[in-house]
Amino acid sequence: MKDDAASGQELDQSYVLDRRQAVPALVGDTGDFLIVTGLAGTAKDIAALSDDGDNVFTMAGAMGAAVSIGLGLALAKPDRRVLVVTGDGELLMNMGALATVSVMRPPNLAVVCVDNGHYGETGGQRSHTSLGVDLEAIASAAGIPATRVVSKESEIQAASKLLRESNGPAFILLKVKPGDPPAYKRNMDPAACRVRFRAALLEK
Amino acid sequence: MNQSVRQKSAEPAWPDALYDLLRAEGVTLFAYVPDAGHKVLIERSLVDPAAKSIPLTTEEEGVGVLAGANLGGTKGVLLMQSSGVGNCVNFLSLIKGGRFPFLTLVSMRGDYGEGNPWQMPMGQATERVLEAMGVICMRIENAEDVLPTVTASLTMTFKSGNAVAVLLTQKLLGAKAF
Repeated sequence: MKDDAASGQELDQSYVLDRRQAVPALVGDTGDFLIVTGLAGTAKDIAALSDDGDNVFTMAGAMGAAVSIGLGLALAKPDRRVLVVTGDGELLMNMGALATVSVMRPPNLAVVCVDNGHYGETGGQRSHTSLGVDLEAIASAAGIPATRVVSKESEIQAASKLLRESNGPAFILLKVKPGDPPAYKRNMDPAACRVRFRAALLEK
Repeated sequence: MNQSVRQKSAEPAWPDALYDLLRAEGVTLFAYVPDAGHKVLIERSLVDPAAKSIPLTTEEEGVGVLAGANLGGTKGVLLMQSSGVGNCVNFLSLIKGGRFPFLTLVSMRGDYGEGNPWQMPMGQATERVLEAMGVICMRIENAEDVLPTVTASLTMTFKSGNAVAVLLTQKLLGAKAF
């Protein structure tokens, strides 16, 4: 794959926020949600923020499944707010899930896509989003009623409120510059994480 | 031959009884990619106020949806055609690795009496692909086996925590004419 300089497309100026500040500022208290994350970057973002909380299910494989898992959880627990935090590469792998979220219209589901325009775990190759694909427009065109782009600090607070108060599925595209997520070692055993999540949610 | 014998007789009774069985066993979530073999289940779930019917753009979404539903304490089933099994393969990593209970009803194509060559490769590989990803396959060829086999599959899924695919074969469903 061509590097940035050779790709013929400059990285646009909207990729400026640092995910290590922007994700915590946007998500806020993780205890307000049941959370499903994507792989790698967003899993580390949220595991670090929640100290690998038992209300969080992080992925490290099955790429493309995050929004669908969040949808199933939101339908199963209509009395809780469900938040999916995933990356641009993970979401690009299953954009049809946005169409299904739109059709099912769970009022308690929000999706945050942390978009750095790159595949951070595989060598920093550019993803479709930094080559012209607009995931916020796609979510909106799919019929998700509340969508926002957050690319400046001043836009974070209103978006954080939307995650908590939207009465219908919400989608936020959080644009961040390429860069490492916080270093955090989370539990990567999906069976242990499933049991932990269910025990905290269903047996307390 | 008498024409009435050659024609398919009245609609079989087992699909309605199968829906009632799934609901009686606490299944409330029906994720599907449409297929003629699941017509009754899909239609019943759409009009059932106590069930949620989820149309999917691709079968793999349904694997994620059922995993999420399990995290939230809800029982679901994925209704798909055998061609959709191929779309699910990597997402079954989530089911196997997470030891999620997982139930799918698969209407077979590329099977007994298939007339469409495009259906053959995936149909012939369906069982082996599922088994390679840790999904137990239960084939049904006769109408009288539907309810007992699905009852057994529900137990294996939701009581002993397995991933189970019930294969509704073309011997059971009949092959589409080409």
